[in-house]
Amino acid sequence: MEVKREKIRANLPLDEPDANKALHVRQVRARDLLRGDIEGLDLEKVVEEAVLTTRLDKVLNWGRANAIFPATFGLACCAIEMMSVVSPRYDIARFGAEAMRASPRQADMLILSGRVSIKMAPVVRRLYDQMLEPKWVVSMGACSSSGGMFSNYAVVQGADKFLPVDIHVPGCPPRPEALLYGFNKLQRLITGNPDIGWRTRYSAHGTEEWARDLGKVTDEARDAYAAARDIAEAAGPPPSGSPGSPVDVPGPPQERADVPSKPDRDTGRFI
Amino acid sequence: MPDAPGLELIRADLNEAHPDAITGSYYEHGQACLICDPSKIREVLAWLRDTPGQEYTFLASVHGVDYLPAEPRFGVHYELLNMARVERIRVRAALEDPGEDALPEIPTISDEWPTADHQEREVYDFFGIVFTGHPELRRILMPEDYAGWPQRRDFPIGGEPVIFTNTERDVPGWYA
Repeated sequence: MEVKREKIRANLPLDEPDANKALHVRQVRARDLLRGDIEGLDLEKVVEEAVLTTRLDKVLNWGRANAIFPATFGLACCAIEMMSVVSPRYDIARFGAEAMRASPRQADMLILSGRVSIKMAPVVRRLYDQMLEPKWVVSMGACSSSGGMFSNYAVVQGADKFLPVDIHVPGCPPRPEALLYGFNKLQRLITGNPDIGWRTRYSAHGTEEWARDLGKVTDEARDAYAAARDIAEAAGPPPSGSPGSPVDVPGPPQERADVPSKPDRDTGRFI
Repeated sequence: MPDAPGLELIRADLNEAHPDAITGSYYEHGQACLICDPSKIREVLAWLRDTPGQEYTFLASVHGVDYLPAEPRFGVHYELLNMARVERIRVRAALEDPGEDALPEIPTISDEWPTADHQEREVYDFFGIVFTGHPELRRILMPEDYAGWPQRRDFPIGGEPVIFTNTERDVPGWYA
């Protein structure tokens, strides 16, 4: 949330001999305001200078996002990176989350720093249940997000199978800067200002998996391409200098399913 | 480490003391190994520990192996160490697979070698090999309600297939 408030002395010409006098004028006006001696346009001006208006929930969320208490809770090697986030070199205290609480009952945020084995999952879930609302979970690293390299009988394939995860931080392990970035994302999520995704930022809508069929070349489009090429050929070669001769008109793109992706298992050849 | 002739001497002495206990021996990669009848494992280990001239007093490790599809299928390895001569010898108890519904059994040694207590529990946890006479034979690493013996070779690996762009066509319709 943006807070604009000019400091009392910030824009005073300090090098002038009357700097203290200008401050004195303001103090006198504040006193008059409290007495009720100021009216009309003067009152509006004073209020505009001295009073900040906002909504209560905005202030509440602003305070929440900047006073997070993470739980002291390390699961595996990512915990080393999580510890260095608190160190002066990376310093999560800049964002108000340096006070790691040793009890889940005092914590707001749970950082799943490492793989969650199926024996540990009930413990993590109990810790999460013991935390008081509002609470958030950051899944740190590939293991707690998807199982990572531990695709085996002992590790839960993604911690969001058993508790709600707000932020996934990729990496193996993520650098402390990555965790800080994920934490900043969480702060924006808390203040109700979630960032736009990269698809919006790069105008890449339509590239999702569910939208893959939308881009397929239909038979109608193929016929239209062929008809356009016939017309262009019938018109003859374009005069020299005009852009785009008929041979440059691209044909319909081949469907990906027609191209074998790997050699045949028996013969070793592309069929 | 006894060399190959030394291993055969130990085997000959053991054959005199406990006939039919040792069913084989081999010397590979500088490591000596005796293959043992599981029902005689306590006598063999005690002989190796107490006989003057042997004195493999330190039990360094107990672990299980699944040799599927070889027969006999299971093995329990006991790594012994003579700390005065810094010599090691391995005793492998070869266990038959009793079938789907039964578990292979071998006598415990945890009363004589207390360090074997937790290691036998670990072997039981991962291979389902029952150590008869063990004071508290239950799972040690996996959850207690876990079903199956995960380090056996016929146990499914588990996990979920991870879809990359080069493997997504192997799993049609995975995103639906």
